Amino acid sequence: MFSLVDLLTGNGFAHGVHPPDSKELTEAVPIRRMPFPEEVVLPVRQHAGKPAVPIVRPGDRVERGDTVAEADGFVSAPVHASAAGTVKEIGWWPHPDGSTDRAIRIAVDRWSPQIPRPRIVPRWEGLAADEVVRAVQAAGVVGLGGAAFPTHVKLSPPDDVDIELLIVNGAECEPYLTTDHRTMVEYPERVHFGVRVMMRALGVEQAVIGVEKNKPDAIERLRETAPGDLDVEVVGLTVKYPQGAEKMLIKSVTGREVPSGKLPMHVGVVVQNAGSIATIAEVFESGLPLVERIVTVTGPGVRRPSNLIVPVGTRLRDALDFCGGLADDATEILFGGPMMGVPQSDLDVPLVKGTTGVVVLTGAGSAERTAYPCIRCGTCLEACPVFLNPQRLGRLARAGRYEEMAESHLDDCMLCGSCSYVCPSNIPLSQMFALAKGQLRRLRAKAA
Amino acid sequence: MSEARFELTASPRLKAPDSTARIMWTVSATLAPATLAAAWLFGAGVLLVVAAAILGAAATERLFEGAGTLSDGSAVLTGLLLGLTLPPGFPLWMSALGGAAAIGFGKAIFGGLGQNVFNPALLGRAFLQAAFPTAITTWAPVGPGGDAVRGDLFAFPFTTPEAADAVTGATPLGLMKFEGVATDAVPLLLGNTTGSLGETSAVLILAGGAYLAVKRYLDWRIPAAIFLTVALVSGALHAIDPGSPGPLFSLLSGGLVLGAVYMATDPVTSPVTKPGAWIFGIGIGLLVVLIRVWGGLPEGVMYAILFMNALVPFIGRATQPRVFGTAGEEGAA
Repeated sequence: MFSLVDLLTGNGFAHGVHPPDSKELTEAVPIRRMPFPEEVVLPVRQHAGKPAVPIVRPGDRVERGDTVAEADGFVSAPVHASAAGTVKEIGWWPHPDGSTDRAIRIAVDRWSPQIPRPRIVPRWEGLAADEVVRAVQAAGVVGLGGAAFPTHVKLSPPDDVDIELLIVNGAECEPYLTTDHRTMVEYPERVHFGVRVMMRALGVEQAVIGVEKNKPDAIERLRETAPGDLDVEVVGLTVKYPQGAEKMLIKSVTGREVPSGKLPMHVGVVVQNAGSIATIAEVFESGLPLVERIVTVTGPGVRRPSNLIVPVGTRLRDALDFCGGLADDATEILFGGPMMGVPQSDLDVPLVKGTTGVVVLTGAGSAERTAYPCIRCGTCLEACPVFLNPQRLGRLARAGRYEEMAESHLDDCMLCGSCSYVCPSNIPLSQMFALAKGQLRRLRAKAA
Repeated sequence: MSEARFELTASPRLKAPDSTARIMWTVSATLAPATLAAAWLFGAGVLLVVAAAILGAAATERLFEGAGTLSDGSAVLTGLLLGLTLPPGFPLWMSALGGAAAIGFGKAIFGGLGQNVFNPALLGRAFLQAAFPTAITTWAPVGPGGDAVRGDLFAFPFTTPEAADAVTGATPLGLMKFEGVATDAVPLLLGNTTGSLGETSAVLILAGGAYLAVKRYLDWRIPAAIFLTVALVSGALHAIDPGSPGPLFSLLSGGLVLGAVYMATDPVTSPVTKPGAWIFGIGIGLLVVLIRVWGGLPEGVMYAILFMNALVPFIGRATQPRVFGTAGEEGAA
């Protein structure tokens, strides 16, 4: 949408939407550590790429930080025991993406002090760039912003691309979520340390930390703690959804457009989410691999909205209990925010590496809204951050004309939901596009 | 905590508060001042003309679509807009028939809301123009309002009303076209001139349109393009031939303001893209001046909009947005 403020101050992208951010529930709530639950459930697939391969057996005793599943190839990441205990079972378990997948269940040892043994991740000082990359993979570090892309892959760009800028994604544009916000406020040194590690591994001289302007305390803390010897700039970004989408963030910070079908590295940029970059720092500081993460548990349907440090694999049920449980009128539980989050129906589902938050909503869901025919008002065209024509794509989706949708750049759709959010006729555009993408994948797989 | 009760709806779960029904009813509400002004200028009888058109439209919508779609407000809006384009003394049965034609031929046969090619209200008016050429050009003059009922409102259905010459007058456009007499801008702006009942007060219509533009319920580019084009082209013609109407007269007379603000901006029958909106508006502006100056009719707004409605799919095809990260390309509509 056209905004004079954006035009004058820059640091924005065109189009986008302004949902209420609802962050007041947790933005000022300090991060607390949740006690160890009785059981943790570790899916072998907690990252983009090939699932990890279990190397433990039921009955095995594991300590906190032990590898329980190994990476399967380069685009993969290992999984570590997030608590000391006994492997109970390796079997099928509800997965946060809605499927059922293989997971390693560990009965947590109630009497274990849960203290790490001698460091597992090597000290950072003195490591060469490729050793840093290897250590990051061995520590199971993946992007914690939701997509869970293995970090070491990002740190290993092909030789023919030239990376010149690291952008730290502190936009956190999804309503409700305050994970990255609290991380930046409480652990700004970790963010800067993570930046230092990534800059060394990538060999870049310049980094920008982009933070939406609705988090002035985070911007201030990051500026206060910025190291003098690195070229790191903290930039305030226009508050607009989806500011945190990689392509939008790069556009806002550099003015460059990532070409359709290409990656950030093709415009010389690597983007890493603020929480993930702090995690890189954390694994090198503590010597422990990625065994815990910060999660916002919030929404009108949670009695005590909180920012928590939870062991990876904590079941949803346990996290909710620690936050006072569900309100009586809770109707929907999402992993992630209300724009792109994934609904959950099973309270046994574990919080995994890519779980940014748990949002519990009340009231009627989207299915109960009255739908009207499309009146071609064009609001969706003004919302789409990648300048698609959702109105036309929606018409094609209804007719099942998926190939034509592909010709009209369906692949550029990020499923950010902006079109569905603004549509006055309540047409589930983004939802239809998700379906169409699945159908197209199937068609293409059949053709190949 | 029982598990079964959680909803599973695909994201996004959030939704902006605007709805199509709210847009339709809001647009209708912004026409209230112009409608009331017409009642004040021409007498309360015009409210009956408008009501008859709305009734005809709503009843037809009910007939074709069932009760469900009446609440979206689009049929009432169509009837209201049609009513505002009719002469103050128009027989009520014709008005109701026009409303029925607007929904029946203008919308229902295309498949309902969102599917129609032409603006339904204008299609209804075109129907009436063809069916009742005399009645639709019989203009009751402005006079003291109040409870006065003029013209042949209560003419019995399917009878041709008596042409009551004594109480009719010519519209400013008619005066201009056939007698070369221009009307001053002030009465045109305020609406105390002869004309269709809702189109005479430019000020109130523009105020309603401005509100809708701020709310983003209509695309300001379309009226802006129409006004600019009409002003520039008629200004140029006026400079060449001072006998032709000047820009101010061209802008304020006839149905231009009502058409540009409320008819051309009908989202269903106008382009969805921004460049498309400009092209569409410029096309309407050119056609309006063309018809008014060289055509046989004094007024051309209705045909200009209907003609451009037909071109909307082609305009859409030619103005697809440039996808992020591409150089832009030809898209199909």
